[in-house]
Amino acid sequence: MASVTLKDVRKAFGSTPVVHGVSVEILDGEFAVLVGPSGCGKSTLLRMIAGLEEITGGAIEIGGRVVNDVLPKERDIAMVFQNYALYPHMTVADNMGFSLKLAKRPRQEIEDRVREAAKILGLTEYLERYPRQLSGGQRQRVAMGRAIVRNPQVFLFDEPLSNLDAKLRVQMRTEIKELHQRLKTTSIYVTHDQIEAMTMADKIVVMNAGRVEQIGAPLELYDDPANLFVAGFIGSPAMNFLPGRVVANGAGLAVELGGGVRVAAPRVQAPLAPGREVTVGVRPEHFAVSAQGVPAEVIVVEPTGADTQIFCNLAGVEVSAVVRERHAFRPGEAIRLAPQLAYLFDPGNGARIR
Amino acid sequence: MERLLHSRNFLGLVFMVPAGVLLLLFLTYPLGLGVWLGFTDAKVGRTGAWVGLENYQFLLGDSVARLALFNTLFYTVVASVLKFVLGLWLALLLNKHLPFKAFLRAVVLLPFIVPTALSAIAFWWLYDAQFSVLSWVLTRLGWIDRYIDFLGDPWNARWSVVAANVWRGVPFIAITLLAGLQTISPSLYEAAAIDGATPWQQFWNVTLPLLTPIIAVVMTFSVLFTFTDFQLIYVLTRGGPLNATHLMATLAFQRAIPGGALGEGSALAVAMVPFLLAAILFSYFGLQRRKWQQGGTDA
Ligand SMILES: Nc1ncnc2c1ncn2[C@@H]1O[C@H](COP(=O)(O)OP(=O)(O)OP(=O)(O)O)[C@@H](O)[C@H]1O
Ligand SMILES: [Mg+2]
Repeated sequence: MASVTLKDVRKAFGSTPVVHGVSVEILDGEFAVLVGPSGCGKSTLLRMIAGLEEITGGAIEIGGRVVNDVLPKERDIAMVFQNYALYPHMTVADNMGFSLKLAKRPRQEIEDRVREAAKILGLTEYLERYPRQLSGGQRQRVAMGRAIVRNPQVFLFDEPLSNLDAKLRVQMRTEIKELHQRLKTTSIYVTHDQIEAMTMADKIVVMNAGRVEQIGAPLELYDDPANLFVAGFIGSPAMNFLPGRVVANGAGLAVELGGGVRVAAPRVQAPLAPGREVTVGVRPEHFAVSAQGVPAEVIVVEPTGADTQIFCNLAGVEVSAVVRERHAFRPGEAIRLAPQLAYLFDPGNGARIR
Repeated sequence: MERLLHSRNFLGLVFMVPAGVLLLLFLTYPLGLGVWLGFTDAKVGRTGAWVGLENYQFLLGDSVARLALFNTLFYTVVASVLKFVLGLWLALLLNKHLPFKAFLRAVVLLPFIVPTALSAIAFWWLYDAQFSVLSWVLTRLGWIDRYIDFLGDPWNARWSVVAANVWRGVPFIAITLLAGLQTISPSLYEAAAIDGATPWQQFWNVTLPLLTPIIAVVMTFSVLFTFTDFQLIYVLTRGGPLNATHLMATLAFQRAIPGGALGEGSALAVAMVPFLLAAILFSYFGLQRRKWQQGGTDA
């Protein structure tokens, strides 16, 4: 097992830079998730760690050793690809044992280790099958099996669940998490699905357009987002953003939203001068239906059973609120929503105002 | 009637009729006629009488026919192996990220596009005993001091026609294998690289096995076309010197048309069929059907 350290890692394809200096430290045994929208450079970064892509600048260390110029096979990593990349002409057993065969391990040892991995993954009955005779979920397991027989220093996953249906995805999510708890191998997992990131990660690295936006534990990112991007990306349904302006309100400060609607300004350390433009962020689950709230007009109500999601027009912005209690509001009905917790952001650079 | 018209099978049959008639007319008839003639003593201008296996017995004892069989096997085996090796090498090369990729691929196809008769004439010049460019260059380089008699010496001639055949046949194989190479997902190579495979091991363990089905198809075609080659030999050597380059096809033609022995020529041509069938069966059962790809595509 090993730690993985990225120091100002950069990547350009020709003259097009796609990763602009990423520094991350992933501790020994940690499950780190790289998350971000499509095209932000997650796969590129992972492939640089694997050695499949050259590093344009910076340094990558695995277990304290700089691996910038080390071949993939000498980095002692295993990778699970999005399309699984199983060898179609090899049986499941041969697929899993291929790396050991190349390493010239004794036949018996290969067989034992493949059986062991197959047992962990529930693949024992399928060892003699070919990849095309397996379901998507089984192929996914074979791809993981191929990684674990090697007992590498680091596991790399590139969106391994994105080809599975929703139910299987949830199940495999748990299985991967359990597997990690059992093997405790340092893992780096790429996904664009923030729920996957939240549920699996010890540490989340939120990326956007080739840069790191924030690094932290899942709940840290949820509770304390550093900027508009992270606030909007982490959490589902996404945080609502309302443009407004700071105004004096008696002794304290308030934020005036569109249409003269005022909400109390969240307590922040930074000095807030009246007249300053801000963006107020409120998570849907932090709205409460309450007589003390600000007026809103119901657009749609979606009961999910456990809770109720209300879409409404608040100060000219469409916001969503998720409340535990059941409501039977009709479209057009006037209600009052009270934000229990709000964040302030600078609309210029998107930074959080703390 | 209504039901019949709507049944897929019936409509299928109807649509197959024109193709079937054409096949019968232009394929079965000449083939049947050839087989029939092989059992007669037909000459040009005279319908033959049934002679049973007499033609075949004669050919078995005929040293020229036996030499033609040897030449054909030599020509087919050597040319096919060379074409395969060169074609695969070219395909691998063209599959790399090269500058002017499209242009290079077009250039490789050139020998395939030029009509055989034309390229044969070009080779005829290359191999000419007095005006050979090859000999000229080699003497200039000081590697040889006498012009090579490419087509005058039996073994020189055999290798020369093989070289011409290879030159003409490589593009088809290279381009087909290139198409096959491009269907192999790059992530398989990446997975293999991470699994610890050297480029050479990747070739043996990933490229070659995944290419076998297409290799089987293209090499079957290549073997069939080489075995039955006629044009190239006829333009370059007409089977000479001393019948050293006579293939079964050219000998059959020579016996039948200029020689007038239609029955004997036909028998010689028919004698090629078992070899061709064997090649097809071998490729079909030995190479083409792979368990991992049976009944569908791979993910
Ligand atoms: N080989 C390449 N040549 C040129 N540009 C590339 C190459 N590979 C990736 N890119 C570019 O780099 C950027 C990042 O790509 P990358 O595949 O890392 O995105 P990603 O975050 O993994 O996205 P996704 O979630 O869609 O997989 C993209 O803008 C892409 O167009
Ligand atoms: Mg990706």
